[in-house]
Amino acid sequence: MTIEIANTKVIDQYIRQDRMPHIWCPGCGIGTVLHALIRSLVKGGYDMDKVAMVSGIGCTARAAGYVKMDSFHTTHGRALPFATGLKLANPDLKVILFSGDGDLVSIGGNHFIHAARRNMDITVICVNNFNYGMTGGQMGPTTPTGARTSTSRSGNYEPSFSIPALAAASGAVYVARWTCLHLRQLENSISEALTRKGFSLVEAISPCPTVYGRLNKQPTGLDQMKYYQTASSVENGADPMKVGIELNGKITCGKFVDIERPSYLEMAGFDKETR
Amino acid sequence: MSNNGHLSGSFYFNGDIACAEGAISAGCRFFAGYPITPATEIAERMSERLPEIGGVYIQMEDELASMAAILGAAWGGKKSMTSTSGPGFSLMMENLGLGYMTETPCVVVNVQRAGPSTGLPTLVAQADMMQARWGAHGCYSAIALCPSSPQEMYDYTIKAFNLSEKYRVPVLLMADEAVGHMSEKVTITPPEKLKLVTRRKPTVSPDKFNPYQPDADLVPPMANAGEGYGFHVTGLTHDERGYPVMTPQAQEKLVRRLVDKIDKNRDDIIEVEEWDTDDAEVVVVSYGISARIVRYAVELARKEGIKAGMLKLITVWPFAESTIKRLAPRLKSFIVVEINAGQIVLEVERCAAGQTKTVLLPGMGGAVHHPDVILEAIRKAAK
Ligand SMILES: Cc1ncc(C[n+]2csc(CCOP(=O)(O)OP(=O)(O)O)c2C)c(N)n1
Ligand code: SF4
Ligand SMILES: [Mg+2]
Repeated sequence: MTIEIANTKVIDQYIRQDRMPHIWCPGCGIGTVLHALIRSLVKGGYDMDKVAMVSGIGCTARAAGYVKMDSFHTTHGRALPFATGLKLANPDLKVILFSGDGDLVSIGGNHFIHAARRNMDITVICVNNFNYGMTGGQMGPTTPTGARTSTSRSGNYEPSFSIPALAAASGAVYVARWTCLHLRQLENSISEALTRKGFSLVEAISPCPTVYGRLNKQPTGLDQMKYYQTASSVENGADPMKVGIELNGKITCGKFVDIERPSYLEMAGFDKETR
Repeated sequence: MSNNGHLSGSFYFNGDIACAEGAISAGCRFFAGYPITPATEIAERMSERLPEIGGVYIQMEDELASMAAILGAAWGGKKSMTSTSGPGFSLMMENLGLGYMTETPCVVVNVQRAGPSTGLPTLVAQADMMQARWGAHGCYSAIALCPSSPQEMYDYTIKAFNLSEKYRVPVLLMADEAVGHMSEKVTITPPEKLKLVTRRKPTVSPDKFNPYQPDADLVPPMANAGEGYGFHVTGLTHDERGYPVMTPQAQEKLVRRLVDKIDKNRDDIIEVEEWDTDDAEVVVVSYGISARIVRYAVELARKEGIKAGMLKLITVWPFAESTIKRLAPRLKSFIVVEINAGQIVLEVERCAAGQTKTVLLPGMGGAVHHPDVILEAIRKAAK
């Protein structure tokens, strides 16, 4: 089923208007990614009563409080195991995890690799802004080496994680990355991810001008978008092990993984029995 | 086996297996866990039993995940449980707090072993009793039950589920290694005799539904995900709509209710057993495995003509304040027997409020008390 989305009114139906205004800063990319997700859901014709969003803690995670559907704002890093319980208790639900980078691969890193390994039937949308936005812009595992943050004032000397590499190595069946500039592609990838059985991940590189951009010579959302424009290239099928992002370096976008292997529900025999 | 996987008759079970069977009788159909001595047998039993009766067993990557998963499963509409021991119990605290804040029914079993840290993994203790009350940060009231036998592991696991569903709260079954590992006769309650409680459902249409609007008993009806209510659940302080509100007033209103819904219903929640307390001059207070040894020591004392009695706490939290207050004025002394350096004794002392003496018989863990030690303390206190 295809639904034409002519104006934002359609999207508005899926946002809790009584919770506006939201907390996100001007120039922040989180709203853009949420918008893409909702468009994908609307276009996909999903019964919103059977869609649930789970998030942890962070600026990104606040999205769960803004969507008009069953939504769970849980604890920092533990959204994936919460979502796992929710999905297994009611496999009819389409369970979407909306997560910041720190939530997902720092404090939640262990849960991330294990959910991917199990090929748990969950779609993960990760807003990667290279730092902990909510707590004021500290370095984390996705912060590029050399980047300045409030806890790495003279430049981060740790190596960073590449989320697509981590997801692919752990067993995700669908892995794609876009930036907030690639609206249509982002939306299309989310749409695809939502239809895959098992563990799917879409990473969205996103501006955080307020606390990250400011310290890294990109003080506005527009500056960060300009960086994405000049530095990004689309390479569908690129080796996910080779798409790491260096400070001010190239951002490889595209669909990196799209494979089939038995999902957790299939392996556990959910399709055979009534549970 | 019959009746949808429900066993029938009597079995020779250890406490852990009895706990698993109690969960199944109570309607638990989701278990997430991580192996740890002396609770592992509960997970093993659930991994075998749940799939054959249409339930879900999942072994998570750690106890943080296990606790989070059972909360998610509860919102997916299943009665859910996890089991662990000291180190894992510590890891569960943050998400246990999420359970209190979001009023999520579930059962957490702690088969206590001696700590701190790895301690004595295979040996008994009762030293997580205060952690059970205060372990998650912030204000809340908790429910914790202490079984003294495999039969009670079965019975009180069912009770734990009933209380969790009724009050929408995680309920702790605070067992101990001795009870978990001892094998005794366990009689399974026939399904038709079981009294099971299930969460109260909303009676209004989704557009009128406020997920945190309590009924008169201070407990809000609960919708499950996927039923069309489109609700929001958050660990942030929230109003009746479930929306975050960052004010002291909202905090006062919500957290006051979380505390009151347990404390004001304490008469319904609390269960204790008293023996020979009517004419007693000395009452020994105990729970879990210790209560069985106390019972023996009190019988020996009675044979010597000492007016000894016993109070067994089945519900340790909320604490049986009124019972202690009633007994205190007519006693020469309370004696508290527990396998820790002194935890529940603080509550007994607080409620006795100076009206009688309170003597502690502590134990650092690894062994139960010898009845002679208790008997000697009774003799001394009766003088
Ligand atoms: C256990 C725990 N530790 C620390 C925090 C504080 N904290 C809140 S959000 C956050 C980081 C969020 O970063 P990310 O997931 O990248 O989300 P963003 O804010 O950047 O969208 C931290 C450290 C917390 N809430 N809980
Ligand atoms: S701090 Fe950064 S991530 Fe958070 S809302 Fe502001 S711009 Fe967005
Ligand atoms: Mg971030």
